[in-house]
Amino acid sequence: MNSALLDTLLEAKTAKRPTALVTDLEGGAQALVIDGAEHGELALDDQVRGGIERALRRDKGETVESAGKRLFIQPFAPPKRMILVGAVHIAQSLAPMAKLTGYDVVIVDPRQAFTSRERFPGAALNHDWPDDALTALAPDRRTAVVTLTHDPKLDDPALSVALRSDAFYIGALGSTRTHGRRLERLREAGFGDNDFARIHGPIGLDIGAVSPAEIAISIMGEVTRTLHAPAEDGK
Amino acid sequence: MSEKPYEAIAEHENILEMAAQWRAEGRQVAIATVVSTWGSSPRPVGSQLVVDGEQSMIGSVSGGCIEGAVVHEAMAAIEDGEPRLLHFGVTDEQAWEVGLACGGEVEVFVEKLD
Repeated sequence: MNSALLDTLLEAKTAKRPTALVTDLEGGAQALVIDGAEHGELALDDQVRGGIERALRRDKGETVESAGKRLFIQPFAPPKRMILVGAVHIAQSLAPMAKLTGYDVVIVDPRQAFTSRERFPGAALNHDWPDDALTALAPDRRTAVVTLTHDPKLDDPALSVALRSDAFYIGALGSTRTHGRRLERLREAGFGDNDFARIHGPIGLDIGAVSPAEIAISIMGEVTRTLHAPAEDGK
Repeated sequence: MSEKPYEAIAEHENILEMAAQWRAEGRQVAIATVVSTWGSSPRPVGSQLVVDGEQSMIGSVSGGCIEGAVVHEAMAAIEDGEPRLLHFGVTDEQAWEVGLACGGEVEVFVEKLD
C-alpha cells in the first residue's frame, strides 16, 4: 500500500464516509472506494462493486473472484453508535466500555448537574430533552439505545422515538415491576406487543451484576450478543 | 477537556492510524491483514497487525500463535517490497511448526507501506 492511499483512506474514515479498500491478493494492487467513487490503480467490475456494498452492509471483509483474480474487500463502515439516556453512575462505566468496543457514544441528559465534564471526560454530551435529542440523532440499524434514568419523564420519550427507529438494540434499566409499568404507559401511548418485544427489560445479561460497572458489563454483553446474533436473541 | 481519555482507550483499535503515524516518523512499516478464515480462528477477517523495521508491533492477527511468523514475513516484505499471502493451518505439535492450536486456518496478506 502506498502512503498517499492510506492517508486518503484515513481521511475518509475520520469523516465517517462509507469506504472500502480492495486488494489484489496476487500482486498487491489496490483500489479505494469512497462513497462509490473509485481511487487507485485497480480496475473494478460490477461483481466487485456488489461485494463492496455487501461488505459495508455487513461490516465484514470478504474475498471475491473477479477476472481470474482473487480480491480482498475490507470495509470501513461508519462506527456503530450507542445513545445513553441518563448521565447516571452506570453510564460513567458503560460509556468507556462502549467506546472501547468500537461505538461512538452520545450521552443524553437535560439535567446539567449530571452531565459535568468531570463525570464524562471526552464524551459527547447532549442536553436536549430525550425525544428531541433522539429524533435529531436518528438511530439506525447500527445504533443501540439504552435508557438509564429510571424516570418516566426522560426514559419514555426516548423509548418512543427509539421504537419508531431501526435501532438494533433498545434496552431500559429498571426492575421487572418498573418495566411492567413502563409497558403499560407505552401501551397507552399506542405501542403494542411487537414493539415491547424489541425492548430489553430488565436490561442486561443475567450475570448477577451489582455494582454500576458490573451492570455496565451485563448491558455491554447483551448489546454485543444482539449485534452478532439477532435471530438467536429472540428480540 | 480534550477527547484524549477516550481516544487513548481505543488506540489499540486504530491500527492503520498507527501505521500512518509510524511511516510519518520515518519508520519502515508493513501491514498484515487476515483475509480469510476457516474453522475456529481466533481473530476475524479484517484483523490487522502493523510491524515496523525494529519488530515493534501493534494489533493482532491471531491469539498470538502466528504473530512471530507474520512479523518475520513482514520484515522480509519491508526488505524486498513484495507483498505476500501467507497460509497457516493446524499446529503439528510434533514438528514445532507455526500454526493455530485451535484447529482453524487463516490466510494473512502482508504488504509494505511505501
